Amino acid sequence: MELPTELEHLKITVPQTPDINAPDQAVSTMRQPIMQVMDLNVHYGSNHALKSIHVEIPEKQATAFIGPSGCGKTTLLRCLNRMNDLIDTVSITGSVKIHGRDIYSASTDVIDLRRRVGMIFQKWNPFPKSIYENVAYGLRIAGVHNRYRLDEVVEKSLRRAALWDEVKDNLHKSAMDLSGGQQQRLCIARALAVEPEVLLMDEPCSALDPISTAKIEELIHELKETFTIVIVTHNMQQAARVSDYTAFFYLGELVEFGVTSKIFTAPEKRQTEDYITGRFG
Amino acid sequence: MKTAEKSIARRKMFDALFAIIGFLALLVGLITLLALLVDLALEGAGRISWQFFTSYPSRFASQAGILSAWVGTTLVMLVTAATAVPLGVAAGVYLEEYASRNWLTALIEINIANLAGVPSIVYGLMALGLFVYQFRLGQSILTAGLTLALLILPIVIVATRESIRAVPGSIREAAYALGATKWQTVKDHVLPYSTGGILTGVIIALSRAIGETAPLITIGALTFIAFLPGAPVKSEFPFVSFEWLMSPFTVMPIQMFNWVSRPQREFHFNAAAAGLVLMAMTLAMNGLAIYIRYRFRKRIKW
Repeated sequence: MELPTELEHLKITVPQTPDINAPDQAVSTMRQPIMQVMDLNVHYGSNHALKSIHVEIPEKQATAFIGPSGCGKTTLLRCLNRMNDLIDTVSITGSVKIHGRDIYSASTDVIDLRRRVGMIFQKWNPFPKSIYENVAYGLRIAGVHNRYRLDEVVEKSLRRAALWDEVKDNLHKSAMDLSGGQQQRLCIARALAVEPEVLLMDEPCSALDPISTAKIEELIHELKETFTIVIVTHNMQQAARVSDYTAFFYLGELVEFGVTSKIFTAPEKRQTEDYITGRFG
Repeated sequence: MKTAEKSIARRKMFDALFAIIGFLALLVGLITLLALLVDLALEGAGRISWQFFTSYPSRFASQAGILSAWVGTTLVMLVTAATAVPLGVAAGVYLEEYASRNWLTALIEINIANLAGVPSIVYGLMALGLFVYQFRLGQSILTAGLTLALLILPIVIVATRESIRAVPGSIREAAYALGATKWQTVKDHVLPYSTGGILTGVIIALSRAIGETAPLITIGALTFIAFLPGAPVKSEFPFVSFEWLMSPFTVMPIQMFNWVSRPQREFHFNAAAAGLVLMAMTLAMNGLAIYIRYRFRKRIKW
């Protein structure tokens, strides 16, 4: 796809990718989906927020949800670990399957689901306790009280979140004394401590400075070798940097889903092209 | 330009005027309180002594003391707190965290607010019929404690709800997203962070209860008793006794009222002295509330 000259500066450069001119190859390199969303409809009262969403999230890859404000990407993210259940006026139909089992069936253990599918929020929300207690909390509520086990997992999680070296001498200081970027990484460590399979990230860097953002993006590259990551982001360049697959949403509908490089260089739909070139958004 | 300047000058004048009016209103309250304290102190300060605290009431004003009264007040407050706090906090937590928002919950909420406005003597009448006669608890400390607990229950519930509402939703979401049950979220996060506000509300409620006279007279508090309730600790098995719960009693406001009603002038000095002690107890409780709130606010920074 050739861009008109006046829009050349909007062209986004992406890292090396599978051959985009062989669509069959792109599909067959997609790993097994860990999550399958089928015909999902979400209403907030009378507002139809998500319309018949069908999407598959591949395992151990980073998938980005992009789209303008109000398009439903955060709503969809919150459906994946049933956090929308906490809202009074919401009604959800359709199914979300993880490893083939529908999480909206009556027999699902929501508590276990939320441990297996962790979430990082847009505004970091560590508990007003010590750094150690923040990371250990997920284990404590799961019944782990052995001091050595807790110490071990706290260190492992903080290392995985690239925070260990900065806080290892101050584990018992309050988490609220850390900087914004550190608090967000603490929230990541806290989510990792319970060994989830999937990490949902809702615009984790939108309130952070570029250096902290870069640290977290680097983290995502490391984490996706072990965990499946789904990241909602307003920042298209960030989606291009960190994700392997991208889903573009508009007004509650999934417009296009595909390999990130293809979406950003040769999108199939006109709307996708308009959004990524900045004609609206 | 001239009119703009005049308008600004006028607005500034109103600003200063309002500040002055506010200050005068504050002074009215402060001066009233000071006048009350000074009046009590002038009349009663002379009677404050160790003998005053450790003597029973007596026909002779100079020998009369408030021993049975302050012990009675303390024990009744103990029962009141032990009853009202668990009930009030649990009710507040239920209403705020567990109850669904439907018409029934709204009805309950309105009625709890109404209960706070019911005159205290009505609580006394209810307690007389229910606790004294129906449950046969008699005219005892237990009855008094339960009555006052019901009286301050709405205050505790409202204070609990307000404190719980102040806990940010983001903390709850963080706990749920880790796989916490609702009870774990309440126990580990919501309650600890709202304890400061809840305690403040409890102490303010107890400060109100400490001065309640009408319901206690109705349920039969005595005005002249020359003995103390049984000791809670005994020297033989089972070492702990609850006899004191069923004992007759008196409280500070009633003792004061009794002394003030007598014609002899000396008893009025006694009443003033007792009033000073009661004021001191109330101010101490309020001071404790402020201190606790300060300490909890320092520990928890959002």
